[in-house]
Order: sequence, then C-alpha cells, then structure tokens
Amino acid sequence: MEGVLHQIISGIATGSIYASISLALVMIFLATHQINFAQGEMAMFSTYVALTLIQAGVPYWGAFVLTLVFSFIAGMVLQRTLLEPLARAPVLASVGAFLGLLLIFNNIAGWIFTYTLQPFPTPFGAGAPILGGMLSRHELGSTAVTLVVLTAVWAFFRFTKLGLALRGAAYNPVSSRLVGIPVARMLSLGWGLAAAIGAIAGMMVAPIVFLDPNMMAGVLLYAFAGALLGGITSPLGAVVGGVLMGVIENIAGAYIVGTELKLTTALVIIVVVLVFKPSGLFGKTLANRV
Amino acid sequence: MVDPVASTPIQGGPILEAKGLHAAYGQVRVLHGIDFVVNTGGVTALLGANGAGKTTTLRAICGMVRSTGDLMYDGKRINNMATEAIAAMRVGHVPDGRGTFMELSVEENLRLGGYTRKDSIEPDLERMFAYFPKLKDRFRQQAGTLSGGEQQMLAIARALMIRPRLLLLDEPSFGLAPLIVREIFEIMKQIIATERTSILLVEQNASLALSVADMAYLLETGKIVMSGPAAEIRQDESVRRAYLGY
Amino acid sequence: MTQSNSRFLLILFVVAAAVVPLVFASGYQLFQLTLVVAYALSVLGKNLVTGYGGQVSLGQGAFYAVGAYTAAILMEHFNVPYWATLPVAAVVTGMVGLALGLPALRLGGLYLALVTFAMAVAVPQLLKYKLFENWTGGVQGIVLNKPDAPFGLPLDPDQWVYLFTLSVGVVLFVAATNLVRSRIGLALMAIRDQPLAAEAMGVELSRYKTLTFGFGALFTGVGGALGAIAVGFVSPDSFSIALSLTLFVGMVIGGASSISGAVYGALFIVFVPNLAEEISKAIPGAIFGVILILFMFFAPGGIASLLSAQMRRFRAAR
Repeated sequence: MEGVLHQIISGIATGSIYASISLALVMIFLATHQINFAQGEMAMFSTYVALTLIQAGVPYWGAFVLTLVFSFIAGMVLQRTLLEPLARAPVLASVGAFLGLLLIFNNIAGWIFTYTLQPFPTPFGAGAPILGGMLSRHELGSTAVTLVVLTAVWAFFRFTKLGLALRGAAYNPVSSRLVGIPVARMLSLGWGLAAAIGAIAGMMVAPIVFLDPNMMAGVLLYAFAGALLGGITSPLGAVVGGVLMGVIENIAGAYIVGTELKLTTALVIIVVVLVFKPSGLFGKTLANRV
Repeated sequence: MVDPVASTPIQGGPILEAKGLHAAYGQVRVLHGIDFVVNTGGVTALLGANGAGKTTTLRAICGMVRSTGDLMYDGKRINNMATEAIAAMRVGHVPDGRGTFMELSVEENLRLGGYTRKDSIEPDLERMFAYFPKLKDRFRQQAGTLSGGEQQMLAIARALMIRPRLLLLDEPSFGLAPLIVREIFEIMKQIIATERTSILLVEQNASLALSVADMAYLLETGKIVMSGPAAEIRQDESVRRAYLGY
Repeated sequence: MTQSNSRFLLILFVVAAAVVPLVFASGYQLFQLTLVVAYALSVLGKNLVTGYGGQVSLGQGAFYAVGAYTAAILMEHFNVPYWATLPVAAVVTGMVGLALGLPALRLGGLYLALVTFAMAVAVPQLLKYKLFENWTGGVQGIVLNKPDAPFGLPLDPDQWVYLFTLSVGVVLFVAATNLVRSRIGLALMAIRDQPLAAEAMGVELSRYKTLTFGFGALFTGVGGALGAIAVGFVSPDSFSIALSLTLFVGMVIGGASSISGAVYGALFIVFVPNLAEEISKAIPGAIFGVILILFMFFAPGGIASLLSAQMRRFRAAR
C-alpha cells in the first residue's frame, strides 16, 4: 500500500509538469484549432537558455524570470511571423509549419549545445527526501511552483479584463472584433503565455530527466495524452488530465507494463480516449473536422 | 400622411453616410453602389428580402467585408478599417446570428461588450438589467444555455455596453416567436427613447422595423430601390403588397 | 507533347536511371541511389494518404519500420530469400495500416495527425521491448547479408541491389499511377476536394479513406523492406520520429499531390543531408525545418507543382 501511495504522490509531481504542457497545448488549440507539435521543443530550447544564463553566473531565480520573458517574447514573435499567416491554410500547412519549428528547435539546440545529457540545477536543494521518503525536495518544489503558476494563470483568465478578452478572442473571434478586441494581438499574447508556461515545465523537468535536445519528446507525448484525456477543449481538463497521466505513468510503470513501454502507454491512452470518448473527461464534443 | 411622432426625434446631421457603396465577397459582388444616411439620434431601417445585401451592408460598415465607395462615420472615411478599430469608435453591432460567446457567462458577455471602455462599466450593467430583467436572473449562467430570445437580448445589451454612438442591429426578430419579438421591440422603443443612440436597423419584418424607424430604405439585390421617411414608405402601395402583406 | 511521346521519354529515363549509375557510380553512390528508391516508395505511400486521401499522417516511419522488420525477421529467422520478403512485407504493412486506419480515420484531421505522431514517437520503444526481443534482436537489431547477383550476372552486390530495388520501384510507381487514375483514385480526389458532395454522391468516405491508408502503409512498408535489404541492418533507433519527419519533409518538398513528387522528395531527403552534414550533424534537420516552412509559405504544391508550372510556361512560350 505504501508503495502505491508513493507512486501516486510522485506521479502527481511529474503529472503537474505534464499538466503545464497540456495547458499550453489546449490554450493554443482553443484559440486557433491547431496543435502545436513544437510545444515541447520550444520548452526544451527555453531550458537551454536558462542553463546558459545560469552558467554565465545569473542566480537561479533571475535566470528563471529572464527565461520566461525570453520565451514569452519568442512565442509572440513566432505566432506573428509564422502562424498568423497560416491561420486559414489547410491542416497540412499548419502541421507542416509546426513540424518545421520542431526540427529547427531540436537541431539548432543540438548544434549549439550538443546532444550530450547535461545536469540542470534545482533551486530546491538536494537534501534528503521528505514526506516519509516519498518525495524529493525537487519534486515537492517543482509541484509547488507548477501549482502556483497554474493558479496564477487560472486567476488571470478568470478575473482580469485582459484574461477575459483572451478567452473571448479564442472562443469567438468574430464577436470579439465587434466589441473592439484586437484578436490578432490576443492570439500572440496567448502564444507568448503558452511558451512561457512551457518554459517553466522545461526548467522543472530538466533536473529530473537531464537536459538534452530530445528531453521533451516523452513529456510532450504525455502532455498530448493528458490534454486529450481531460478534453482538448477544456483548460481545467488539461490540468487534471496532465496530473492523471503522471499518476498513470507511475502506476503502469511500477505494476503493469514496466518502464520500457512508457511511450506506448501514452499512445494507447491517446487512441482509447479518441476512439471511445473524443471529448475527454471535461471537454465538449467537437464537430469532426473532415 | 407622415406620422408626426415617429419623424420628430431630436436629430442632427448624418452620423453615418454611405455614398456609392460597393461590397463583394471575393468575386461575388453583393452591393452595387448604394447611398443611405443615418441621422444623429435617428433610426434608419434597411429593409429587403433575403439575399438583398442587408447583412453585407452592416458587415461593410464594420470592416468585415471589403468595400469601395464612401462610408463616412462622424465625418471620417471608415471603409476597410479594422473591425476592432471601428468598434473602438463606439459603433455597436448586434450581428446576424447574435454572436453570443456561448462558453462564457452572461456577465462575461456583457463585460466583453464593455471591453473598449476605460471608465467603470458597473452602472451600465445595472442599466442593462433595467432594460432586460431576464438577463439579471441569468447573470452567472453560461450564455450558451439561454433561449434564442434571451440571447438576442444579450446581444443588444452587449452592443449597448460599448456606449454606441451608432448601433447596428441585424434582424433582431430573426427566428424568434412573435411574442418574444414584440417584447424585444417594446424594449427597443424604450432604448431608442432614452439612449438617444443613432440606429441602423436591418429587418426582413418590414412592419416591425417601420414601427420604430424614422427613415427607411428598401434594398433589392444590392441596390436601393426606394427611400424616404418611414411613414411614407409604410403607405406605399407596392411596399405594402410586397413586404407588409396587407 | 503527345502522350506516347512522354511515355517514350519516361521509359528512356528509367533505362538511363538503371544503366548510367551501374557504369559511373561508386558503391556508396549506388547505395544512396538505392535508398532514394526505397524512400521514394515510402514517400509515395505518404502522398497517397495525404496528397490524394487528404489525411495528415505523421507516423509513416512506423510503417517503414514494420516493413523493414518484417523483411529482416523473415530473412534472419526463417531463411526466406530477400526477394520473397517483399510481398509478405507488403501484406503485413497493408494489414497493419488497415487495422490502424479503421479507428484513426474516424477521427479525421488533426486528431489523426496527433495519433500517428504519437505512434511514430512510440515505435522505437516497442521494437526494443523485451517480449519481442527474440524476434527483433532488441536494442542490437538484426544484421543482414547483402544479396549477391543471381544467375551469375557480372554485378557486385551494390549494383545488383540497386537494379533490384529500381525494378520493384518502377513496378510499384506504375501501379500507383494506375491506382490514382482508377475509380478509387477519382473517388479519393473527390473526397479530398469536396467531402460533403462526395458523400452525397454516394462515395463511401470511410471505406475509401481506410483503403487509402492501407495502400499508403503498403507502399511505405515495401520501401522499408527494400531499405532494410539495402542497408543490411535494422535497429530500433533508426526508426525514430526523425524518420517520420524526414518522410514528411520529402512529401511536402516533392509535392504531396503528385506521383512524381515522391521521387523529387526522396532525392532531396537523401542528398541534401549529405551535403549539409559536412557542416554539422545537426544542420540537416535544421535545414529541413527551414525548407519545410518555406515550402509551406511559398510552394505548398512542392517541387512537382513548381516543375509543372515551369513546363506550362515553357510550352506557352513556344
């Protein structure tokens, strides 16, 4: 029993990281009906930026904030220059652009920073595991950071005028323009936000899995599964789904399929959700876009 | 005979004037050079059958469809300006299909309506509830769950939140039961009397529209075929036969 | 140009493609050309699914892997001759494609892209899995012998494998051309361009889509089998998501809605990395990414449509 509890608690810790990426994916999906296949690689690249800053002597939290600013701006610029022009293009074109971004980020990172695994510092100290040995300090710290960030994001969308305008622009761009909301600016803002949230996930997961250009492939897959499980149209669902995926990953890894089929577990969940409940736990059914 | 009450609101010069307005969706030309005027404080009705170009006219005003010719709003040419920029100039639009933010609450719909406002919008929320008590009851409810009539009220209230100097109304009677339509038009008369907003009203239901308008234009396949004071149009034999049905 | 004229030119081109490299190309160059044919078949499979079927599949690398492993396992464990593995690989990948196509195509659009992307990411892990290790060779993979030329032909293995691969490629390209000109092909294009109208006219959307997905998998799988024979080695990490992305790049750059586009795409994905790799190992991927985005913006129809536009201009000028 102790073992199961351990798996669940540490699953929640990694799950909260998946939840961040799931949320970023859902934010972009709601606003543009596109799936950002490069979300993981963008986060990975941001994490390298953080590492570079830290190695240059910037204190951890300073580097953290600078990385968020960098990611936010980079996300906005990408949306403006690349994705806005393709907004009305066929699915193939936007998928192609996202895959292009994925390739560029992955390989530029490999070119600049090499493909060797690099340790990434944690700001929470190495000390002994806590909660009866169930959680490392980093796991507890990263869960706390992610929860704070997710709560802040929720409060921003729920309680601020700008957050409301962002939601309005995502749900109903035409009506939004009619009430004077600059929808294009809202979309780039959303992209910036998604990129920054992704960057946090990258910086939180890197101390656990080590940093390399392919670090986010698995995380992204779990985030996809989490987003679909929770419902691709529901931000709350994305968070719940992401956390659930962390728990499922641990339980399946420890008791069912072993860690060697981690990615396949995510694939199976994606397929099962899409075939049996495409709307996920919290989402609404979308018309099948032929 | 001109109905003296309907034709004598306090009116200034034109707030909106279209001259030789053309509009097209890609290759499909819909408006072929139309002229019309909305006077400050007045209610202008744009009548016509389905497909005559009424909705396109409103879309052209809001920059949602490309247009040539002149659209003068408050002395400024606004053709093909960004939709949000036109809205920021206090042009409220109750769009065709009502444009409800289905996923958001009634409150949030109204707050979005006040997006361009820099001052406090709380008093206006109260004002809207005075016009539309039904919306107050459903304040926290998801707008997608409202009935058609309630969504129409919400759309009007949302457009009023912008404190419009010009209000564009696209078929507020569309798809609603006669009783609801009457309720909405009663409220609209109240709004017209108190808000002093200039209104351009597009309607298929000509008798309804003429009951609130002071000026009217008749649109047929992208051309204005008749215009004049609403009361005169109402008396016109051919209009009566074709659009009023008596 | 009349049709018989262009057919004659095409035959001339194929004969030249067979003879010229045999005389002038080195062993390594022949190997690269063999890969071009294998990739061209794989990209062709993708073109059928995406360009003709209108479905975005990102997991074509998975079918390539299935084809390659089918060939390798048959040769290694059952002593099946290399040429006899091809029909089996075709049937197996075709079946896998149909089986996956059934649920996946119900989703349509982006969801299909998502599922196939996930599939491509998960494949190497499945190939390494210990339950299958006896067959797949686990992380080590399977090493194959390069086939010798039969009937005492005076060709070295590189030359023979090239000729063999090219012949299979030509046959399958002709088959694909006939396929897209057949009723099925016409139905597919109707579905792609006007899904609602096509359905109203009685074209069974789901059946045709699933069928194309199966055919697409089949072509890609045969490409994979030929690739495995040419490389003489299969291992899980050669079938990572990178392979799927490479095939995607090949499809977009060659031109998804054309048969010949598959050849241009394959030439591109084989030779461009070779040129670029001299700068850095990471450069080809980055170049692929940049070119992919540029094509999306400026030439969504790929090289094939650029060429046919040139041809039209040329003819108009005459």
